[in-house]
Amino acid sequence: MTERAEIAVGIGPRAGWRVPWTLIVFLAVLSLPWIGSRYDVFLGTQIAISALFAMSLNLLLGTAGLVSFGHAAYFGLGSYACGILMKDAGVPFSLAFPAAGVIAATFALVFGFFCVRLTKIYFAMLTLAFAQIVWAICFKWNDVTGGDQGLPDVPFPDLAWLGALPGFQRFRIGELFFFVVLVLVAVSIAVLRRITDSPFGRVLTTIRENPERAAFIGVNVRAYELAAFTIAGGFAGLSGALFGIFNRGVFADFVFWSKSADVMIMTILGGMNHFWGPAVGALVLTLLNQQITAYTEYWPFVLGTILVVLLFVFPGGILGALDAALSRVWKRRHA
Amino acid sequence: MLEVAGLTKSFSGFVAVSDVSLRVETRQIAAVIGPNGAGKSTLFNLITGHLRPDSGRVLLDGRDITGVQPHETCRMGLGRSFQRTNIFPKLTVFENLQAAFIVHYGRGGNFWSRSEPLYRDEVQSLLGQIGLRDQAGTLGGTLSYGNQKQLELGLALASDPQLLLLDEPTAGMSAGETHETIRLLQRIAEERGLTLLFTEHDMEVVFGIAEKIAVLHQGRLIAEGAPAEVRNDPEVRRVYLGQGLSHA
Repeated sequence: MTERAEIAVGIGPRAGWRVPWTLIVFLAVLSLPWIGSRYDVFLGTQIAISALFAMSLNLLLGTAGLVSFGHAAYFGLGSYACGILMKDAGVPFSLAFPAAGVIAATFALVFGFFCVRLTKIYFAMLTLAFAQIVWAICFKWNDVTGGDQGLPDVPFPDLAWLGALPGFQRFRIGELFFFVVLVLVAVSIAVLRRITDSPFGRVLTTIRENPERAAFIGVNVRAYELAAFTIAGGFAGLSGALFGIFNRGVFADFVFWSKSADVMIMTILGGMNHFWGPAVGALVLTLLNQQITAYTEYWPFVLGTILVVLLFVFPGGILGALDAALSRVWKRRHA
Repeated sequence: MLEVAGLTKSFSGFVAVSDVSLRVETRQIAAVIGPNGAGKSTLFNLITGHLRPDSGRVLLDGRDITGVQPHETCRMGLGRSFQRTNIFPKLTVFENLQAAFIVHYGRGGNFWSRSEPLYRDEVQSLLGQIGLRDQAGTLGGTLSYGNQKQLELGLALASDPQLLLLDEPTAGMSAGETHETIRLLQRIAEERGLTLLFTEHDMEVVFGIAEKIAVLHQGRLIAEGAPAEVRNDPEVRRVYLGQGLSHA
């Protein structure tokens, strides 16, 4: 059996036995601090956090078919919540992190209540409107959010216990935090996977495919959309909490609309019809950004070009294109 | 089973359905006919809660369901199929029906267990009834037109309705497909003790299976009764003059 065919078993629905790809990838990434440079670990942390952010969006975009242009609001709210709790209130990370998720989910529940009353482009515009309101408040409310100065010097969690473990003593806080990020992101993604594969997730796909028909098989479309919006907001908040610490500060542009566009580009680039698509998009986009900004200051131009090519040549994103290519190979082999 | 009383609906001045009253008895097969634009689809949308009437009431088994949302009328036992096929195109046939069962059995709020092994037996048996057993793994959107109609019927049946509303169940079908679909409908209605209310253009189909026929013209009900009465009604003959009713 060649390597190609094994990959096909892993990503397609044609499984007989499955290679435990997720475990292999997880362990490979986990070993990064031992085999890579400090910069690699830095990039790895950023990619893991972006992957969770994009995958939370994809519960709306790919699973429920809801286009949210304001997903950064919940990312940013999670960042601010965790940052303020840790820096100003001295709350430990182990409480501030879940609190960030709960706070972001609560905002998503309130805003979502209004958004799901609209459909299609009107839904998208309302998500954007709420996000811009959140941004304006974060930008101006100096006493709490630091306004345009932001919230610098968010502390790292106390990871002395981790650094004391055998084998971890040579790592500094950046690497130790990488382990924490990786485990929390992996657990969050596992939960998102379960939700996607659950009966609830199946019902979301019927709303994506045909909301009118979904109502006529008995689906309360708005209630399901609101539940999905709340869950997605909560996970975006968790990723934001991690990012604020990683970034050593929370700033109003975390909530700005361009951040919502970035995460949507990641999701579409990787492939929104595939569970792992957004993670691949986060990986590719982050690496490209690093490479290209080293050569040219015209990153937005390059990004735009990539998007145009993608939308016309590979509308299913990277994984969509890969999946199509592999099933052609598969068919030829078994023809 | 179904009682419609004085139902009226207008769209910015245009009266689509005007003071329509209609009864369908339990286990009856009833048809609503009328020329294009007579208000048949609007009437169906009013009954299923897709539209809210300006006045009038809809009773299902004695319960007032006027203006009740579609997902609730569905749970009360009202199933519906559409004139233009209306399925979940990028889900497989199995997944289409499985989703309908998940909702019907109230499991949609379950975030944690795996959906994949749920209701396999129910789906298999329904696939057998609608004649799609060997298409279970096919994407709904890639089925032939006739098969999509069968799948749509399956979606309506999965919620175990007592009353099934079918909007032109044989629209766009060949004569052979039409014949098969009608036999399928009759058999399923018989087996499940269903009440059927359908609209249809094909008069041969209507007079072939309907026990009761209601005729809509310009939003008004102009005749209602057994096929023989309706066929000989002078106003119906006038409306349908030259449209083949005399041959049916």
